Amino acid sequence: MLLLLLGIILLHIAGLVLLFVSTIVSVWTSGETSTADLWINCTTTNAGYHCDPASAGEWIQAVQALMILSIIFSCLSLLLFFCQLFTLQKGGRFFLTGTFQILASLFVMSGAIIYTVMSPQWVPETEAFGYSYILAWVAFPLALISGLIYVILRKRE
Amino acid sequence: MGRAGPMRGVWLGINQGTVCFLLLSCFEALCRVASSIPPLHFLSPPCTRTRSRVGLFLDRLLSGLRHPSFWELPAKPETMLTLLALASVVLLGIVPEQSQAIVIYTGWERHALLGSDIRLSCSFFSWRWTSEDVTFSWTYRPDGSRDSISIFHYTGGAAYVDNKGPFRDRVEFVGNPGRRDGSILIKNLDFNDNGTFTCDAKNPPDIVGRPSSVRLLVFEKVPIQAGVITGAIIGVVLGLLVLIVVIYYLMRFLVARRVFSLSVSKHGKKKKEGSQQRQIKV
Repeated sequence: MLLLLLGIILLHIAGLVLLFVSTIVSVWTSGETSTADLWINCTTTNAGYHCDPASAGEWIQAVQALMILSIIFSCLSLLLFFCQLFTLQKGGRFFLTGTFQILASLFVMSGAIIYTVMSPQWVPETEAFGYSYILAWVAFPLALISGLIYVILRKRE
Repeated sequence: MGRAGPMRGVWLGINQGTVCFLLLSCFEALCRVASSIPPLHFLSPPCTRTRSRVGLFLDRLLSGLRHPSFWELPAKPETMLTLLALASVVLLGIVPEQSQAIVIYTGWERHALLGSDIRLSCSFFSWRWTSEDVTFSWTYRPDGSRDSISIFHYTGGAAYVDNKGPFRDRVEFVGNPGRRDGSILIKNLDFNDNGTFTCDAKNPPDIVGRPSSVRLLVFEKVPIQAGVITGAIIGVVLGLLVLIVVIYYLMRFLVARRVFSLSVSKHGKKKKEGSQQRQIKV
């Protein structure tokens, strides 16, 4: 029982950490000498490393908002899990926790999809997707699975 | 730059007050000294009749000065302090009135849409009254160029606009020189109008000042500021969450109250029936 609990919490925290890294580190697009999105665009020129704030287009702002919302909902779901662990009656399901975690995963998915579809508008063809983008896509199934486990899980003893 | 307006008023007030006070006290002192000279004893009644505060203060001061101990022992702190304060105020007050420079205000940066009109405002601050010979002049320097051309000049009550340069027939004077406003209106903006506009105002005899510049940026469509949409989306979603939580607890509260009131009425009915039966029995 304790092992199960620990495993679930670890899964949740892993998803949360991936979300944090994906949102904070600005490497959704990376080229040979430059990295760009979500917050700053940095280039390495002859003069050195130089960073500008990311373009203020509507789609980038939407992706920023969705990533931040997913972090908020995942944190809330962790909090709710600990709350419900102590207040739920025997045999009850962690519906609220599961709902918040599934919502968080949906937000990450929407953010990643919007970025995938819209980024060709401002990213040149030669640049590839960076590791923050990949981490966002990895965080999505983790969060989804974690949410589903919470919904199915029943409280014992 | 100099002292700000209200501070300057206070300073002037102090100056005037001190000068008056000093003049009065000088007059009183002269009067007393004169009346103490034997041939001028006739002056003493009118001099002493002025029982003003200044007179009393001077009395005390002069009596203190005449006392031999005044010159031997250190003087009373109050008298010394007052003397010191007077001296410093007098010295500092007789500072010649500085001529402050004229300060010109324009915006810092202006954004405009292609084809629209824009009003570039320019006003100035000067310690002198607005003279009739006040002049405003606007010059324009395109982005990336080092030369500036003059596009507007107001002098002698008449405004002269550009009639040869890039702004011919597009500049209009919309300012009010009487109110120190030298704003111009530029119509039908184009991408070539990107650049720096400098306003220079002179208010004779106050002519020393630094011209102020405003940068004009012309856009096809006005860009959205970074973070507006982000904030909006986050705010809306969190707001909905809070609303759902509130509504949920409200419904629970209302349902609980309804259940409570129903149970109370049922309990009440049972009690009534019980009492009726008892009454009938009796």
